[in-house]
Amino acid sequence: MNRQIPKWQKTPKHHYLALGLITFLSIFPFYWMFVVASNTDDAIAKSPPSLIPGSRFLEVAHAVLTAEGVYFVKALTNTFVVGIAVAVAQVIFSAIAGFAFAKLDFKGRRFATLFVVATMMLPSQLGIVPLFIMAGKLHLVNTLYALIVPALVTAFGVFWMRQIIDAQIPNEILEAASIDGASVPRVFWSIVLPSIRQSSFVLGLFAFLASWNDYLWPTIVLQSPDKFTLQVALTQLKPLYGVDYALQMGGAFLATAPLLILFIFVGRRLVSGVMDGAVKG
Amino acid sequence: MSLIKAGKGRRKAPLTPWKKQQRKPIPGVPSLNGRWGYPAIAPFFVIFLIFGVAPVVYSIYIAFFKWDPLGESEYNGLNNFIFLLQDSDFWLAIRNTFSIWALSTFPQLIMAIGLAAILRNRRLKWKSFWRTIFLVPNITSIIAITIVFQQLFGRDYGIINGLLGLIPGVDNIDFLEGVIPSHIQIATMITWRWVGYNTLIFLASMLAIPDELYESASCDGATKWQQFRYVTLPSLRNTITFVLIVGTIGGLQVFAEPQQLAPDGGSSKQFLTLTLFLYNQAFLNYKYGYAAAIGIAITVIVLMITTINFFITRKISGEGK
Repeated sequence: MNRQIPKWQKTPKHHYLALGLITFLSIFPFYWMFVVASNTDDAIAKSPPSLIPGSRFLEVAHAVLTAEGVYFVKALTNTFVVGIAVAVAQVIFSAIAGFAFAKLDFKGRRFATLFVVATMMLPSQLGIVPLFIMAGKLHLVNTLYALIVPALVTAFGVFWMRQIIDAQIPNEILEAASIDGASVPRVFWSIVLPSIRQSSFVLGLFAFLASWNDYLWPTIVLQSPDKFTLQVALTQLKPLYGVDYALQMGGAFLATAPLLILFIFVGRRLVSGVMDGAVKG
Repeated sequence: MSLIKAGKGRRKAPLTPWKKQQRKPIPGVPSLNGRWGYPAIAPFFVIFLIFGVAPVVYSIYIAFFKWDPLGESEYNGLNNFIFLLQDSDFWLAIRNTFSIWALSTFPQLIMAIGLAAILRNRRLKWKSFWRTIFLVPNITSIIAITIVFQQLFGRDYGIINGLLGLIPGVDNIDFLEGVIPSHIQIATMITWRWVGYNTLIFLASMLAIPDELYESASCDGATKWQQFRYVTLPSLRNTITFVLIVGTIGGLQVFAEPQQLAPDGGSSKQFLTLTLFLYNQAFLNYKYGYAAAIGIAITVIVLMITTINFFITRKISGEGK
């Protein structure tokens, strides 16, 4: 294929320059975390500041992990436990309900769908005070269940699954299976589930990331440091007086590193997940 | 030139006919027993009603009370709302929230559309590398990022002031105390986090535009800019609406960034946002009823903006049914 590249498809040099610049800006804050966390505060405060990593990182990391009143490792475990639980639950509930919304004809389906979509418009702060009162009555305050239970299902997850199942599974296949005698649960288990494995994984990732980065609700409902998630624990690294940038940035780096490592493996899938979910036009 | 003309007269001739078949109701599969639908949605619906819908209804109830978390609660009529409208902090929070929203949304929109237009090119090298790297800011811990930007924006030793200082005649800017500078700082954190994500959203909808349109526009002598203006932009209308609505809902929820800069929203409350205001009233002052009223006010604002947005889009797109 020795086709000449049509003029309208050529990429000018300055486009690569723009992409390069954005790449730099996207990465720099992470690099900077590490630079500050591995240098002395003096090296960062001088002008111009040190732009290369120093040798202090292990020392700072040790300080983060042993900081008084902060249970960093515990917070990391808490965040993981909550994230995994939320991700698994959302995938299961959303897949089943999304399948019903996309493929089953039942009375009230249209209304229920509209209802779910309409609630997506409501900002989450609206219910936060009552949710706290409810958590109190259910004795969930200061437990990890308080983070898991309200996040078991989301309107977004169900709606997303409905769109995916509608787009990826042709009605003819389901019809053929049911005419051959497969029951609805059988159709779901043997046909729908295998074909939405990829999308389920992406939805699970979204849920995991949202849970990992949530801050408003955990900071309200968690009270003792051994129950904190990473986001809340990070705010504890602030000394009472003055600032300790190295300590704070060290904590920030340690709290971000797991996500970056995860991203190396799943980044491309997340990209396609974001793009699949976009409104096309 | 026919295509470009069609672009200008788009009220009569829709330029994007290939999108028309969207929005049909999804038909179910007739041979599957529909009654299975109820047990299938039941688990989701029960949890959703308890933890998603009930709090919303409950908060409307609470908003009519002087609600003391420990003692007695008494009926308060509309007083929470009346007091809210007279509370200068509320109006300050509205001002701050919208200023931060505008400072983050519009640069973000322009950058995201521009970047998506670059990424759309099918001959671009390292396509998936760019897409992936642009999503990195979106996945990172929000508090961690606030800590980094706070340091970068520091008054005395921050890199950003260091760079600004290279321009002769520019003094150090206090990105914490100044009203607009503090909004710029928060807006930058939000923009940094969401530009890449929105780029991918726009890219997805640009990739749905058939290549033939660009090809024929190019044959007709349209410049790159004209192609962008008359082919790309008109077909992004729905996506722009979507991004704006999602951005508005997100913009009204800004909380972690200002709270990390200063829990009370700054020395003159210069970056007290609506959600931070709600949080402080509820969980520092224990005024649950009042906080619930703030929540309702935020919701009313969201609904108003969504409606306005909807009508504007309909007007612009003209042919919408």
